Amino acid sequence: MIWETVRLALRSVRRNALRSFLTLLGIVIGVAAVIAMLTIGAGTTEKVKADISKLGSNLLVVRAGHAAGRGGPDQTIRPLQDKDLAALRAHLEGARAISPAAQKQVRVIYGTENITAGVTGTDSAFLDARDWTLASGRAFSDSEVRSGAGVCLIGETVRQQFFGAGDPDGEIIRVNRSSCKVIGLLAPKGYTGFGQDQDNVVLMPLAAFQRRIAGNRDIDNIYVAADDRTPTSELLPRVQDILRDARRVPQDKDDDFDIRDMTQIADTMTSATSTMTGMLSAVAAVSLLVGGIGIMNIMLVSVTERTREIGIRLAIGAHEKHILVQFLVEATVLSLLGGIIGILIGLSLAGIASLTLAIPFAPSPAVILLAVGFSALIGMVFGFFPALRGARLDPIDALRHE
Amino acid sequence: MAPLITFDRVWKTYGQGEARVHALAGVDLAIRQGEFVAIMGPSGSGKSTSMNIIGCLDTPTAGTYRFKGVDAGRLDRNRRALLRNLYIGFVFQGYNLLARTTAAENVELPLIYRGVAAAERRELAMRALAEVGLTGREHHTPAELSGGQQQRVAIARAIVSRPTLLVADEPTGNLDTARTHEIMDLITRLNREFGLTIVMVTHEADVAAYAQRTIRFLDGHVASDAMNAEMAQ
Repeated sequence: MIWETVRLALRSVRRNALRSFLTLLGIVIGVAAVIAMLTIGAGTTEKVKADISKLGSNLLVVRAGHAAGRGGPDQTIRPLQDKDLAALRAHLEGARAISPAAQKQVRVIYGTENITAGVTGTDSAFLDARDWTLASGRAFSDSEVRSGAGVCLIGETVRQQFFGAGDPDGEIIRVNRSSCKVIGLLAPKGYTGFGQDQDNVVLMPLAAFQRRIAGNRDIDNIYVAADDRTPTSELLPRVQDILRDARRVPQDKDDDFDIRDMTQIADTMTSATSTMTGMLSAVAAVSLLVGGIGIMNIMLVSVTERTREIGIRLAIGAHEKHILVQFLVEATVLSLLGGIIGILIGLSLAGIASLTLAIPFAPSPAVILLAVGFSALIGMVFGFFPALRGARLDPIDALRHE
Repeated sequence: MAPLITFDRVWKTYGQGEARVHALAGVDLAIRQGEFVAIMGPSGSGKSTSMNIIGCLDTPTAGTYRFKGVDAGRLDRNRRALLRNLYIGFVFQGYNLLARTTAAENVELPLIYRGVAAAERRELAMRALAEVGLTGREHHTPAELSGGQQQRVAIARAIVSRPTLLVADEPTGNLDTARTHEIMDLITRLNREFGLTIVMVTHEADVAAYAQRTIRFLDGHVASDAMNAEMAQ
């Protein structure tokens, strides 16, 4: 019986192919927009998460200065010092790696080539803290770190600029007029979500950086990577306590440093993305409503056109519910068809977007199922009133209808 | 045996106040199972109204209409639909076949609402089409059939579920003389061979002559009710 009705509905949709298609357009556009939005949104979220994890996972970043109003006119920033780092190393529990870093954009020269790269002074724990790996060569030895030797690790972009595909190991490059021996090559990390090239870097021992490039003993950041058992949210107050103690911050004063939890930042960005996606989807949902009204309209036309047919069916013994189901199924088939076309178009759009925006293509089966269910629901809801109108017709009047 | 159809002081009133019209004004009537009755009368006489009530499409305003002993006038529309589906077949002047639907599918229609399985439906439809002499035309759509053939499909549809009563509303109204006699012969044969009770509205005397009995309506009353002379033997 129901299969019979579905067949009948398909036949009726096919019979008025152009009209059916135009009616479907609202649903198609609505579903396509929602599917595209949600799929692109999911891709963006994945991309953001991947970017954040490139910075290093479970990472706390400590900077000097207040969290808010950093560098305001009424306060001088007390930079992080070696003793702060030493205090963390001595007292902090639950950290996998603790590493200092001082950075500067500096001109780097090899032969006749020169580029501007992000030069970072740090130690060997940096690679672990920031999830960097070496493609070749070796990390700094302890004695190199202690003495501030003229050695460095370079990123993929720097290698390509200076050495092409060649092996940089043992070559001497000039960083801010002092020479530096390349001892290792970092594995590529690619760009951040903000378009920053993470491979255009040179790492050198902190002491060497401070002496030759910065000209002071300051540390810009201390990276603290949590171990597997310690969530960053637990680690953060410990770091705070130790640093307040080491820096002798009075009880009644705010911290004169700022600790950022990268996991938290990742969560914030993910939720911002999903809010955005949700809002855009809501706008697209309005189109579904319009599509639903279109279906209601065309079903009313269809019921009127087929008044005589309804009369015949009623006369030969159709129950009210038979007529109701017939038109309800027709409306549902119509909107379901629109939904399926919409899903295909939406996924295609998301596919194109993922290619052009370089984000992952992340179609969600749940979202697709939901779209199918929702478009069927639209057909049922908006098809109900016209169907009921057909079912309630008086057979005598309906048979007389021209 | 109780009659198949009884009207007991049946009134049918349309409109309100000044515009009130009595289509039927206290009609008494009885039709036995197996009878072939012609209903005649000028337009507005109440013949169509009484046919609609007999076919359980309409209900009386006052009085009692009994079909198979059931007070059909008090049933709701879905119960009357069931009654029509089980016991009553309809043939209309304008054939009323579903367009762009094959003859076989048209004939199957009442069986669908009865919940008969597809294979059995197809078989019953083929048998009904054979009975009206349309073997070989099962897969033609109404547009591909002549008026007489379309009316045969309509008759097949009416008898496919082996009803007790066939209600025919001007069944030959759209047909030429030759076709009229073919259709009337077919209807007469259904009455004689299957004992099908037939109530037929017509305004043509030679069509009414096929029936055993003629009821004439005038102004909402039964003006005359008599056995047809030539059929009486």
